[in-house]
Amino acid sequence: MTELSATRNLTRRFLSDYGMIVGLLALCVYFSFATISTEYPEGDRAVRQVVDKVLADRRSDEIVIVVGRDDAGGKVFVAETVKALRAGGMIEVEQVVGAPADLKAVIAGVQESGKKVSAIATTRWVSQWVLIEKLDEKFAEIGHVDVVVPESFTQSKFLQMRNIRNVATSNVVIAIIAIGMTLVIITGGIDLSVGSLIAMSAMTAAYCVVEFAGARSAGVGAFVICMFVGIFACALVGLLNGLMVTRFAIPPFVVTLAMMLVARGVAFIIGQGESKYQLPNSIVWLGQGDDLFGIPNTLVLMVLLYAAAHVMMSRTVLGRYIYAVGGNAEAARLSGVPVKRVIMFCYVMCGALAGLGGVIRMSILKSGSPKYGEMAELYIIAAVVVGGTSLSGGKGKIFGTLIGVLIISVIQNGMNLTNVESYTQKVVLGLVILGAVLLDSLRGGRNLKGLARLIGLKASQSRTS
Amino acid sequence: MVSQESNETRRLLEMRGIDKSFAGVHALDDVDLDLEKGQVLALLGENGAGKSTLIKVLGGAHLADAGSISIEGQPARITDPHASQTAGISIIYQEFNLIPALTVRENIFLGRENAKFGFVRKSDEYEHSRRLFQRIGLDMDPNARCEELTVAQQQTVEIAKALSVKARIIVMDEPSAALTGKEVEKLFEIVRDLKSQGIGIIYISHRLEEIFEIADRVMVLRDGKHVATRDIGDIDHDGLVEMMVGRKLENEFPARTPAPGEVRLKVKGLNRGKSVRDVSFSVRAGEIVALTGLVGAGRTETARLIFGADQADCGAIDLDGRRMHINNPRHAIANRICLLTEDRKAQGLVLTHSVRENFALPNLSRFSRLGFVERSVEKARFRRFVDSMRIKIPDDETPAENLSGGNQQKLVLAKWLENDCDVIIFDEPTRGIDVGAKYEIYVLMNELAAHGKAVIMISSELPEVLGMSDRIIVMHEGAVTGEITEVSGATQEQIMHLAIGSKTQ
Repeated sequence: MTELSATRNLTRRFLSDYGMIVGLLALCVYFSFATISTEYPEGDRAVRQVVDKVLADRRSDEIVIVVGRDDAGGKVFVAETVKALRAGGMIEVEQVVGAPADLKAVIAGVQESGKKVSAIATTRWVSQWVLIEKLDEKFAEIGHVDVVVPESFTQSKFLQMRNIRNVATSNVVIAIIAIGMTLVIITGGIDLSVGSLIAMSAMTAAYCVVEFAGARSAGVGAFVICMFVGIFACALVGLLNGLMVTRFAIPPFVVTLAMMLVARGVAFIIGQGESKYQLPNSIVWLGQGDDLFGIPNTLVLMVLLYAAAHVMMSRTVLGRYIYAVGGNAEAARLSGVPVKRVIMFCYVMCGALAGLGGVIRMSILKSGSPKYGEMAELYIIAAVVVGGTSLSGGKGKIFGTLIGVLIISVIQNGMNLTNVESYTQKVVLGLVILGAVLLDSLRGGRNLKGLARLIGLKASQSRTS
Repeated sequence: MVSQESNETRRLLEMRGIDKSFAGVHALDDVDLDLEKGQVLALLGENGAGKSTLIKVLGGAHLADAGSISIEGQPARITDPHASQTAGISIIYQEFNLIPALTVRENIFLGRENAKFGFVRKSDEYEHSRRLFQRIGLDMDPNARCEELTVAQQQTVEIAKALSVKARIIVMDEPSAALTGKEVEKLFEIVRDLKSQGIGIIYISHRLEEIFEIADRVMVLRDGKHVATRDIGDIDHDGLVEMMVGRKLENEFPARTPAPGEVRLKVKGLNRGKSVRDVSFSVRAGEIVALTGLVGAGRTETARLIFGADQADCGAIDLDGRRMHINNPRHAIANRICLLTEDRKAQGLVLTHSVRENFALPNLSRFSRLGFVERSVEKARFRRFVDSMRIKIPDDETPAENLSGGNQQKLVLAKWLENDCDVIIFDEPTRGIDVGAKYEIYVLMNELAAHGKAVIMISSELPEVLGMSDRIIVMHEGAVTGEITEVSGATQEQIMHLAIGSKTQ
C-alpha cells in the first residue's frame, strides 16, 4: 500500500468515526458570523482606552472632567479613570457621578474659576446625553471641548469568552450521562431511565443532606457522602436494568421505560412532591466553582470522564468486549466474552453516571427537585446518535458523543443569540438530529440494507446439525 | 422438444460486457452470460470469482458500471430489485428471504397481497398457493408457519414464490448446501419440472457431482473474468476444477499419516432433550474424528455441549483424564477447547469489526496487561498468522465481512490457534468455501493433528469425511448409530445406512 493511500485511508476512517466534527465546525463558523454586532468596551478596557487617549495629546495642566452614571459600573469607571489619569500626571481632574445637571454644574464651576475645560472623558452611554452631544451650542462661550469615549468595535457574540464558556457548560450534565448512554447503545441496548435518575439522585442526595447531615449546616464530608448515596442508588437502578435485560431477556426499551416511571415516582415520593432547598452554601463548589485557571469544575470533571471513557473503549479489554457484544453477541459469547457481565456493567455505569449528573444539577442549582431531567433522556440519546453511534450496536465513539453534545449545545446557544423562538428551536433541533442520522446512513451506504429490512426482505435463520 | 424453434426465440437472457468495480476491486470484468429457455446453466467459480456480484447485478442489487442485459431479445434496464422482478427474474439466495413468523401463504404473497379494500382475501391466496405447490409436485400446507419448516421445505416455498411472480428466470444460489441427499433428489425433480415449463435456471453450486447431474451448460468465472462456457457433455470433473482454479489440482485431499496418541477428549453419556441422546465417544491426540450424519442428527448440538455453548442435561466430559465442568464457552476456552461454528457469519465473527479485532477477541487476556490491550503484541501475533496461513486481507482494519468465505474460515481458525487449543471442533469447515481454499484448510487440519491436537470434524460431505478422517462416528436423531474405525475400506453407502438409522451392519 502506498503512503498516499494509507493517508487517505486514515482520513477516511477518521471522517467515518468523527465526521460530525465537520458539522460542528461549520455550525461554529456560521454562528460566529451570524452573531457579529457592534460593541463598546466596558470595564477595564474602557478605562484604559479613555485614559490612553486623554494622556496622548494633552498637557498635564489641562482640565479634564470624568463623567459616569450613578450606578455601579459608572462609579467604578469614574474612580478608576480618575486614578489612572492622576497616576499619568494629569493635575486637574474633576469627576462627576450622576445626571446631566451635575455635569452642567461642574462645567459652570470650572468656568467661573476662569479656567478652560479641555476634555470630557466618559463612557459610551453618557456621551449620548443631549448635554454632551450639543456641548458646543450650550456652552458656546467656553469654546470647543473634546469628548473622549471608548472606541466602538465589531465582534461576534458567539465567540465571546463568556459565551463559549456558556456553550461548554450548559449541557455538562447531559454530556456526562451521554458517556454511559454511549456504552449502553454500543451494546445494542438503550436506557430511557436516565432522565428520571437525574431527579432521583438529586432528591436522594438532597433528602439525606436535609434529614441526616444537618441541612444548611452540613459539613463537606457529610454532604459528599450524601451525594454518593444518590449516585449509588442510581447505580442500583442500573444494576436492576441490567439484570432484567440479561437474566430475563426483556427488551431494554421496555425495562428502562418502566424504570423511568419508577424512578420519577420515587423522586416525587422522597420529597413528597416538594423540592429541597435547605442545603449548605458550600455544596455549590462542584457545580459553580472554577478552581483550575478559572475553568468550571463541572467542565474539568466532564473532560476527565470523557478521557477515561475514551481510554477504556479504545485501549482496554473491557472496551473491546463492549464493542464485540454489540457487534454480534452470539459470536462474542462463543469467543469467550462474558456477555451478560459486560452488558450489566454498561447499565450500571449508565445509571451511576446519571446519578452523578443528578448531584451535579443539585450542586449547580443548590436544590433538589423531582422535576429535574425531564426529557433529558431524549436529548442524551439524540446526542449519542448525532455523534455517530449506531442504534443497532457495535459501532460508536466516545468523542463522537461529545461532539454530538456540543452540536446540540451550539445550536441551542446560537439560536438563543440570534433570538430564535423556543418553539422554533425545538423544530430546528429535531430536524438537525434527523439530518445528522440521515447523513450518517447515506455515507455508510447502509440505508439500502435498512430499507430492505423495513420492507421485510429479512433472511430466515436456520440452524442445521 | 423445441429443436424446430430458432435460436432467437429460444434465447431467454443475454448479459453482455458486464463490468463492475468496488472501491478499486475489479469484481466483474467484461462478463457475458447466455441462458436459453428450459436450460439449466451452472455458474461455477471459486469464492470471490464474481458469481455473487454477477447475480446481484441481475437481481438489481448492484448496478453494473458497463454492459447490457436483454431478456427475450428486449433490452432490459435493471436498476433495482423491483425492476428485476418485473422483468421476470427471481433469485433464491442462500439465506432465504422468508419471514419465519409468517405462514407459507403470507410469505409467498408478501408485498403483493391479494386484497380488496385493504383486506386480504385469504382463501384466494390459499388456493393459489396450493396450485403452485401442485405444480412443483409437493404437498405443503400453505398455512404452516415458515419457522416450523425444514430447510428443504423453506426452499420449495422460495421456489413457489418465484413461480407466483411468473418468473421466467430463476437463479438458485447454493440451493443444495443445506439439504440431505434425498432432499437434493427432490430438488432436482423440481428443477427438471421447471425446465420442462420453459423456465431458465442459473444454478450456483460448489458440488461438482450435482452439476454433472442437473446442468445443461456450465459457465466458469475466475477473478471476475469469464473463463469459458461449455456444454456439460464436453467437459469432465477434472477439467472443470482446472478451469476454476486455473491450475491442475493433483489431489482433493492431502495425504494423512495418522499417529494417534493418548485419549485427549472423552465424552460419556451426553444428553440434551431429544437432540442429543446418550452420546459417548473419545478422541485421541493426533486424531481427526469425523462426526457425520444427516441434517438434524444432533452433531452440531453435541459439539455445542462440549464447548459449553448449551447446557447438557447430564453426561461427563474428560479432558486428558480430568473431569471437566464446562458451563459456558469461557470455561471451554480456558480449558483449550474451541469450536469453529458452521455459521461463520452469525456465530463465528463480528462481521462489522476489523479482522484484527476478531482475531484478538478470545485472546485478549494474553494480549493485555492490567486490562489494557497491548496493541503491538496484538498486531505482531496477528501478522504471524496472516503470513503463515496466507490470509488474504488488504490491511488489519478491514471489516471481517469483506473477506471471502475461505479467508473468513482461516481468520476464525487463526483466532483459535492463537489460543493454542488442544481440542478443535470444526463444524462443516469447508461449507461455502472454494476448492483452492478447501485444500488449504485440510492441510491445516492435518498439521493440527500432527501437533498432537484432538480434531473433531463435523461434516455432511461424505467424500470429505472419507478423505480426511481417521475414524468416523455416525449419528442419527441425536444418538450415535455407529462408528467406522477402518476408514480406508469404508464406503459412502456404509455411512448412509448408519445415518438413516438402519442398524443392519
